Amino acid sequence: MVSAVTVPLTREAPSPVGIRAQIRGVSHHYPTPGGGLLHVLDDVTFTVEPGECVALLGPSGCGKSTLLRLLAGLEQPGRGKIGADGVRIVGPDPSRLLVFQDPTLYPWRTVRQNVGLGLEARGIADRARRVDEVLHLVGLDGFADAYPNQLSGGMAQRAALARVLVNDPRLLLLDEPLGKLDALTRMTMQAELLRLWQNAGFTTLLVTHDVEEALLLAQRVLVFTPRPARIAASFEVGLDYPRHRDDRHFVELRRRILEVVGHSDIL
Amino acid sequence: MNDIAHHAPDLPAIAATADWPAAREAPPFWTTGAVAATVWLAGSAINYHWPDLSPWARTPLLAMAQGALGVLLLGAAIFGGRTRQVRYFHPAGRWLVALGALLTVWVVLTAKTALLPLPFFPPPQSILEVYTDDYARLLESLWYSAWLLVPGFVAGALAGFGAGVAIGWSRTVHYWGHPILRIVGPLPATAWLPVAFFFFPSANSASIFLIALSTGFPVAVLTASGISGVNSAYYDIARTLGANERFLIARIAIPAALPSVFVGLFMGLGASFAVLIVAEMMGVKAGLGFYLQWAQGWAAYANLYGVLILMALLFSGLISLLFLVRDRVLAWQKELVRW
Ligand SMILES: Nc1ncnc2c1ncn2[C@@H]1O[C@H](COP(=O)(O)OP(=O)(O)OP(=O)(O)O)[C@@H](O)[C@H]1O
Ligand SMILES: [Mg+2]
Repeated sequence: MVSAVTVPLTREAPSPVGIRAQIRGVSHHYPTPGGGLLHVLDDVTFTVEPGECVALLGPSGCGKSTLLRLLAGLEQPGRGKIGADGVRIVGPDPSRLLVFQDPTLYPWRTVRQNVGLGLEARGIADRARRVDEVLHLVGLDGFADAYPNQLSGGMAQRAALARVLVNDPRLLLLDEPLGKLDALTRMTMQAELLRLWQNAGFTTLLVTHDVEEALLLAQRVLVFTPRPARIAASFEVGLDYPRHRDDRHFVELRRRILEVVGHSDIL
Repeated sequence: MNDIAHHAPDLPAIAATADWPAAREAPPFWTTGAVAATVWLAGSAINYHWPDLSPWARTPLLAMAQGALGVLLLGAAIFGGRTRQVRYFHPAGRWLVALGALLTVWVVLTAKTALLPLPFFPPPQSILEVYTDDYARLLESLWYSAWLLVPGFVAGALAGFGAGVAIGWSRTVHYWGHPILRIVGPLPATAWLPVAFFFFPSANSASIFLIALSTGFPVAVLTASGISGVNSAYYDIARTLGANERFLIARIAIPAALPSVFVGLFMGLGASFAVLIVAEMMGVKAGLGFYLQWAQGWAAYANLYGVLILMALLFSGLISLLFLVRDRVLAWQKELVRW
C-alpha cells in the first residue's frame, strides 16, 4: 500500500525483519452479559507493509485493542482472515508482540526477570547481556533489580516495552504505550520509539488517542468509526523524520484528521 | 529589598540553633526500662521476704529470676540506652512493666494470701516447679507431638497445594474436585476422628492423617482460588512471549497465587493444632494434648497451666516461623498482613 516514496530517506529499503500484516474482512463479536453479541469490528481490511509504521486512531471502546489482540494471535476473528506474511495467524508467536495498554508487569519478578521472561520461556540460557542491553535502551539501567512496585508509571511502561523488545519482534503492536506518561517523558519516549523502529526495522502498529503522536511516528494513519469499528479514513503522512509539529504539512494533516475524528465522536 | 537582604543570611543560623541533632540521637537513659527494672526488683523482694502461706519449693528460684531480670533491665536502662541491642527492646518497655506487676499481683493473691484459692489458682512458683521438676516428661510430650504435627502438616500442605493447583488450573479436575472440596471441606477434621481411629492401624497414623486433612483442605481451597483468580493478562503476555503450559503453571500461575497459598497454610496450621490436641486427648496416649488431659484428670492445675503456656509458645512460634518464610518468599509484596 505504501509506496517506496513515503519510506523516509533516513532508512534503508524495507527491511526483511518486518512482517507484512494482512487484515482481510475481519469482523469480531463479544458475548454480552445479557446473552447478546457486541459487534466490535466490522469488515476491517488493510495491510501493513514490512517495516511500515501505521497508527490507529478511533473512539474509546471501538475495537482497537481487540484488533491488536487478533494480530497477536490471542484470539481468533469471528469472521475474516488475519495473516502474517501470507500465513494465517492461529496463535501467539514471539515474532508478533503486543505491548498492552496496561504495563502489567509480573509483580513477583524483578525488572530484569520481567524483561527476560520471553527468553526464559523459550529456553534461551544466555540472557543477561541481552536484557541489560535492552534495559539500557529504554533508560532503566539502574533498575534491573527493582520490583515493579518500586517503579513509576512511566518506568513500568518502559519496562513493559523492554520486555517485548528483548525478543526482537518482527511485528510490534503498541496499545497506547505512552498513554500514561507525562508530556515531557512522552516526548522523549516518542523520539526513542522512532529511533528503535528506524534501527530495528520491525513493522509497527500503534494505537493512540493523540493525533500529534500518530503524525510524529506513523507513515500512515487509519481512523476508525465508533463501535463497530470500520475504517473511516486513511491518511498517508509522507513527511521525513524527524517531524516537526509546526511544519505546514503536519499542521494541515492534523486539521484534516481532527475533522474526521470530530465527525466520528470524541477520541 | 532591604528586609530580604537582612533576613536571608539569618536562615542558616536559625537552622543551626534548632535542636535537630539532639532529637535524632537516642535518649541516653531508658526511662521505661528503669520503671520496669524497679517493678521487677520490687516484685522479687516482695516474693522473697513475704513468707508463703504454705512454703513453695521454687519461691526462692522465682524471686531470684525476678531479681535477675530486674538487674538486667536496670543495666540496660542506665548503660545501654544507646546500643542497638537495647533499643530493640524499647517497644516492649510497657509490656515489661505490666508483666512484672502482674506476676507480683499473682504471687501475692496466691502464694502469699491465698485470696485466690488452690487448686484452681496455682501460684507462679508452682508452675515454675513444673518446668524444673517435670521437664523430662514435658520434653517427651513435645517430641511426641512434633512427630504427629510435622509429618501431618507437611504432607497435608503438599497434597493440598497439588490438589489446589490442579483444581485451579484444569477445568476437568475443577469439575470433579470442586464439589468435593465444597461439601467435605467444611467438615472439621476432628469429626473424622472416630472413623479414622477405626480404619487406621494405629492411633498415630490416624492422627497424622487427620492433621494432614485439616491442613490440606484450606490449602487446597485457597490455592485453587488463588490460581483461578490470576489476572488473565499475565497469561496472555506470557503466551505471546512464547511460554508453554508448563511455564504458565510453574512461572506465572503459582507465583501469582502464592499470597493466597500462604493464607491457606496459615489457616491449615491453626486447624492442625486443634486436631493435634484433640487426637492426643482422644486416642494417642502421648504428647502435649495427652499431658493436658492427664493434668486435668489429676487436678494438677499447675501442670495444666504449665503445658498450656508451653503450647502457646510452641504454636505462636510455628506461626511466626510460617510468617517469616512468607515474608521471605513474598518479599516483592509491600503490603502484608502482620502477625
Ligand atoms: N474479552 C471481552 N469480552 C467482552 N467484551 C469485550 C472484551 N474485550 C473487549 N470487549 C468489548 O469490546 C469493545 C472494544 O474493546 P477494545 O478494548 O477493543 O476497545 P478500544 O478501542 O481499545 O478502546 P480504548 O481506546 O478505550 O482502549 C468494548 O466495548 C469492550 O467492552
Ligand atoms: Mg484499548
